[in-house]
Amino acid sequence: MTETKELVKKLADKYGRTRESLIPILQGVVQEERYISSEAMTEIARELDMSAAKVYGTATFYSFLDTQPRGKYVIRVCRTISCSMKGKNLIVQELEDMLKIKVGETTSNRKFSLLETNCLGWCHKGPAMLINDEAYTELTPEKVREIINDYMKK
Amino acid sequence: MAKQINLTIDGMPVTVDEGTTILQAAKKLNIHIPTLCYHDDLCVAGNCRVCVVEMKGSRTLPASCAMPVAEGMEIMTNTIKVRTARKHIIDLLLSEHNAKCTTCYKNGNCELQELAAEYKISEPMFIDLVPHKNYQMDAYSPSIIKDDSKCIRCQRCVRTCEELQHVSALGVAYKGDKMKISTFFENPMFEVVCTNCGQCVNRCPTGALVERNYVDEVWQAIFDPDKHVVVQTAPAVRVALGEALGMKPGEIVTGKMVTALKRLGFDSVLDTDFSADLTIMEEGFELLGRLKKALVDKDPSVKLPMATSCSPGWIKFIEHTYPEYLDNLSTCKSPQQMFGALAKTYYAQKRNIDPAKVVSVSIMPCTAKKFEADRPEMRSSGYKDVDFVLTTRELAIMIKQAGIEFNALPESHYDSIMGASTGAAVIFGATGGVMEAALRTAYEVVTGREVPFNGLNITPVRGMDGVREAAIKIEGTKPEWKFLEGAELKTVVAHGLTNAKKVMDAVRDGRASWHFIEIMACPGGCIGGGGQPIPTNEEIRKKRAEAIYREDAGMPIRKSHENPEVVAIYKEFLHEPNSHKSHELLHTHYKPRQRY
Repeated sequence: MTETKELVKKLADKYGRTRESLIPILQGVVQEERYISSEAMTEIARELDMSAAKVYGTATFYSFLDTQPRGKYVIRVCRTISCSMKGKNLIVQELEDMLKIKVGETTSNRKFSLLETNCLGWCHKGPAMLINDEAYTELTPEKVREIINDYMKK
Repeated sequence: MAKQINLTIDGMPVTVDEGTTILQAAKKLNIHIPTLCYHDDLCVAGNCRVCVVEMKGSRTLPASCAMPVAEGMEIMTNTIKVRTARKHIIDLLLSEHNAKCTTCYKNGNCELQELAAEYKISEPMFIDLVPHKNYQMDAYSPSIIKDDSKCIRCQRCVRTCEELQHVSALGVAYKGDKMKISTFFENPMFEVVCTNCGQCVNRCPTGALVERNYVDEVWQAIFDPDKHVVVQTAPAVRVALGEALGMKPGEIVTGKMVTALKRLGFDSVLDTDFSADLTIMEEGFELLGRLKKALVDKDPSVKLPMATSCSPGWIKFIEHTYPEYLDNLSTCKSPQQMFGALAKTYYAQKRNIDPAKVVSVSIMPCTAKKFEADRPEMRSSGYKDVDFVLTTRELAIMIKQAGIEFNALPESHYDSIMGASTGAAVIFGATGGVMEAALRTAYEVVTGREVPFNGLNITPVRGMDGVREAAIKIEGTKPEWKFLEGAELKTVVAHGLTNAKKVMDAVRDGRASWHFIEIMACPGGCIGGGGQPIPTNEEIRKKRAEAIYREDAGMPIRKSHENPEVVAIYKEFLHEPNSHKSHELLHTHYKPRQRY
């Protein structure tokens, strides 16, 4: 058995094999493998005895269920209006300069992915971004440099 | 009796059963409410919103297809508010729709186009978003073309694939403005579990899902003086073609269709019915052979129940879903492919034509037949056995293109050889028909007497119930079939792949004691095939089935083994059912495919 196959089986044993188990299993795969590969989706479909197209549909519906390989640290900058007005573009520019990638891309060492996201709920403290599950608010280009430098050392 | 609900629609009182929707209640009053995502065969989705109506006391406009009636409800279907809303909805759908109607395959047969015409969307009020969308087109399948730029995301196809077929090759992916109808990982349709049944094509309101058409290729062949073009017509086409040419459902147009095909320029107009009868001979003897091996020789390798193999949608379904049961399938090719193999061997020999010059065309109620004809196994004659498969709809296109006034055509007869038919062959077109035809022959082979049913009509296998069982007690056998004396032949019939799954799960779980299974991929059998005229619903399918049984009842010969051309081909060419030659030309094998 491949690693993915084992992982999916383990998750299905844990969460069950009904339709409601689909999202927890998908989340479990993202946690372990950082994204849901076509192999993982096929395995989930097999374990849950459901159509692979439906697994794909669910996975693509949710932004946080990545279907493309991502870096170790996924940076999501809020793109909604409050953060935009507070200078989100400068933040994105700083990140792109530092990481040498564009929004939607992953660094060649697979350490960072840069994405935009919808509202994070930090409108009163914009601009905001997430790195994996950690929220960073009231960002300035200087603050971003500090934060990313820390992550680079990790 | 259900509780009665009183309401008014456009000021007219109406009383309906509790649970009825506003749309259904309005229909009772002959009020037409436009729909797009709604379909008689499918569950309610309520996503297109074009059926909105005004309801007294409600600020918003409910979707009439999804809203059940309530006591005292006052509904208005034709107010300024309703018409404006509908117009905006259609306009919004068009803003994301590749509306190049004049060059669209569905031009003239598109529900969105009809609505745009009805609501006179002349000056679009929204920005055309099509250039900003990265729409994909999948034209790799030999059966079905999927063009996302025409899709309005009503999800009829998704519901069809899930509810009727239990395949779910198509699903909904992404969300919001990126939402699309997609296969697994947006792979081409021919690479996924799609069975090519074309039920989605039958229900798509626009040109997003259409059959791959071979009309031009067939015209080329007809007008090539070097080619001898033979055409075969499937049983279900003759009871549905009329619908695509302005006639009512349920009209039998066999004679007119033959005349039309001759006028189109086919060199020989022949009948799939001939090879349907041949299928009965081969498959009937195969079943009896399997029973003998199982009961007399006690051969453990014999697979029972045996399942029919005429429906290529069903074949691809079982290859994907129950590959461990492929040996239970009859090895018989479908009538289309038997015909194809014989057209370039037996027929060419008898008519003294070089088989390389024979172009074999079939008219089918089916899109999966296009895939079947392309299978690598289907070249037993040394050539591609069936060169081009046209659906009923494509034949209607050719008849219109040729300027033929179909209604006014005189009737004529099929050519010979391979043009003779029986009632048993005709009923292949309806669910239960293959079973009935097989029983008519098998029972008589074994006992020397006709099946013990009034007028040869084996009514227990007829009808539209999803799964139907029937048993026949075999008594008074001929000496060579003595081992079947007193045995009860148990059969089951299913149509629509969701019902096929029920039958196969019963087989897999050991809950079944059937000997013979008939499965057709499409609802109602071939009469409800994916290549049949649009629209389709249960009422239309019933009318087509009634026509099939009318045609059967009116045939002078109603048993496959009495078809004179079938008798002749065994005498001259094949020798006997399941002979070496038959196996070479008329039988095939299957291949397991991935479920995921």
